[in-house]
Amino acid sequence: MLGEVMPNTPNIEDLRKQAQKLRVSIVEMLTEARSGHPGGSLSTTEIVTALYFSEMRHDAKRPNWEERDRFVISKGHGVPTVYAAMAYSGYFPMEELMTLRKTGSRLQGHPDPARLPGIEASTGSLGQGLSIAQGMALAARLSPKPWHTYCLLGDGELQEGQVWEAAMSAPNFKLGGLTAIIDLNGGQIDGPVSEVMNIEPIADKWRAFNWEVTVVNGHDFNELLPALKRARAADPSKGKPHMIIANTVKGKGVSFMEHKIGWHGVAPTKDECARALEEIRSKLV
Amino acid sequence: MSIPQAKPKSTRQAFGEMLAEVGGKYPKVVVCEADLSKSTKSEMFGKKFPERFFQIGIAEANMIGTGAGLALSGFVPFICSFGCFVTGRYDQVRMSVAYARAGVRIVGTHAGIGIGDDGHSQMGLEDISLMRELPTMMVFQPCDEIETRQLIEWLASDAEAIKHPAYLRLTRQNLAPVHGADYKFKFGKLDVLKRGSKVALLGSGAGVQECVGAYDLLKAKGLEVTLVNVPTLKPFDAEGVLALARDHKFLVTVEDHYTTGGLGSCVAEAMADGATSGVKLACRTFLARAANSLSSTKSLVFRRPRLLRKFSRLLDEVSLLAHSRASCRARGSGC
Repeated sequence: MLGEVMPNTPNIEDLRKQAQKLRVSIVEMLTEARSGHPGGSLSTTEIVTALYFSEMRHDAKRPNWEERDRFVISKGHGVPTVYAAMAYSGYFPMEELMTLRKTGSRLQGHPDPARLPGIEASTGSLGQGLSIAQGMALAARLSPKPWHTYCLLGDGELQEGQVWEAAMSAPNFKLGGLTAIIDLNGGQIDGPVSEVMNIEPIADKWRAFNWEVTVVNGHDFNELLPALKRARAADPSKGKPHMIIANTVKGKGVSFMEHKIGWHGVAPTKDECARALEEIRSKLV
Repeated sequence: MSIPQAKPKSTRQAFGEMLAEVGGKYPKVVVCEADLSKSTKSEMFGKKFPERFFQIGIAEANMIGTGAGLALSGFVPFICSFGCFVTGRYDQVRMSVAYARAGVRIVGTHAGIGIGDDGHSQMGLEDISLMRELPTMMVFQPCDEIETRQLIEWLASDAEAIKHPAYLRLTRQNLAPVHGADYKFKFGKLDVLKRGSKVALLGSGAGVQECVGAYDLLKAKGLEVTLVNVPTLKPFDAEGVLALARDHKFLVTVEDHYTTGGLGSCVAEAMADGATSGVKLACRTFLARAANSLSSTKSLVFRRPRLLRKFSRLLDEVSLLAHSRASCRARGSGC
């Protein structure tokens, strides 16, 4: 599938395996880097897999292709998942994944579009990505061959005020060409989101802001794919922007990391890496 | 100094008129606003090209991000607000625009105390300092209508310039024309208006008006000084400043901005980096702190006794310098 223009029509079993392969890369990269964010990278693995290997039109051989769909990862610390998806798509060699966070690497700890073709925006100071995605969706409307724009947000990130500025403006612009996804994994650095600063009722909030809201299991392709396809079908000039609230598990796929806030921003040791890989690979067969 | 026969005009007005013109020539130009289009004058573009004009509402952070998204998609966005409001959303400019190298044109009007009665909360007083700190950001401040028009066209169309973020600082108040019709803006270069000796007056934006007034004053007292306009604050023409430092006893900067981080700092840094031997004066003059109406186009120098005294003292020291190599440090930021 390297270098081919998406979307193809992979079956769900292929996608499930692809997501597990991304998990292997994430754990290996973070172990090698000795820092990074496993919890919020593993929680988005199915979402990113669905986008890169099923829904998005993109071409690794032409990262600046004008008609490509745009993907902004607003929760910049979750970028290892995107790097893994990009490597598997053929944007750069798999070996380069092991340069994550190293001096001079194109794979910065948070995304840098000026260094790495295929990355669309710089994020990591939270709350900014949805506004950038809005600009890209507006640009699509002015372009002869428009694209769809996707934005992945964290749940803790919704505490940033700028998110709600964009939440207000995108429906006002009738940006049907914009789909946002929230990785609702329930954890942030200082603790459970509900304790640090409660964001609920989250679906009601986005509906009140005039978004078309779908709540899905963020690890189940049978729910993710239909929601993404519905969002993509919206009229880019008159439709509502779509918000997919994806219920996820922080650290998903590595049982000793799952639901543990402590794994937000700590890399596994070599021993932990080996245990994690064993578990992930057992689900690859 | 004799000035050309054009009418005084605010640089925001010149910007608005030119933006509406370049909109017709360059289809990639788009504009974002944050509910100040009547004040920033972007409404002229909005009326002519409604499909390329995005009213974001009172949400500057969202406007900055939207501008970044448009620029990263190949458009040339001018995003407009008061200088203090748009540069006040510093992290959005830093992350979404500067770090991403998004070619956003950040337009900050209502520079400095020149805005008059609205007071401190509406004055861009730190904006140059904030913007020039960002590694990829260019910073410009035109001093009259013709320079503004040329800058806008260059920012809208130059194949290399449109790839880089830029901050453009504009005035609310009218500025008398400084340049003739034959003026040609040169990117990154000092614009020497008059070549004299001993003292070089450097101004940027509204500060150039003060320098012109001081030039006339000093000339009447028998000293013909050098008069310099600084439209590009970043990248800064350090070579040009060092050349002036070699030929003059004093360099004086005048700006409507806090001296820290503004033109005064640009000049002082160039001189420090250039390790100029002998001490030159960087007498950094912040126009004033008062906020009463300053919208008159008549030079403020004549109505500002303290600034006048400062130049008179400078004049005395220039003559003293013939006998000694006394150095003169900047005399504080207040004036």
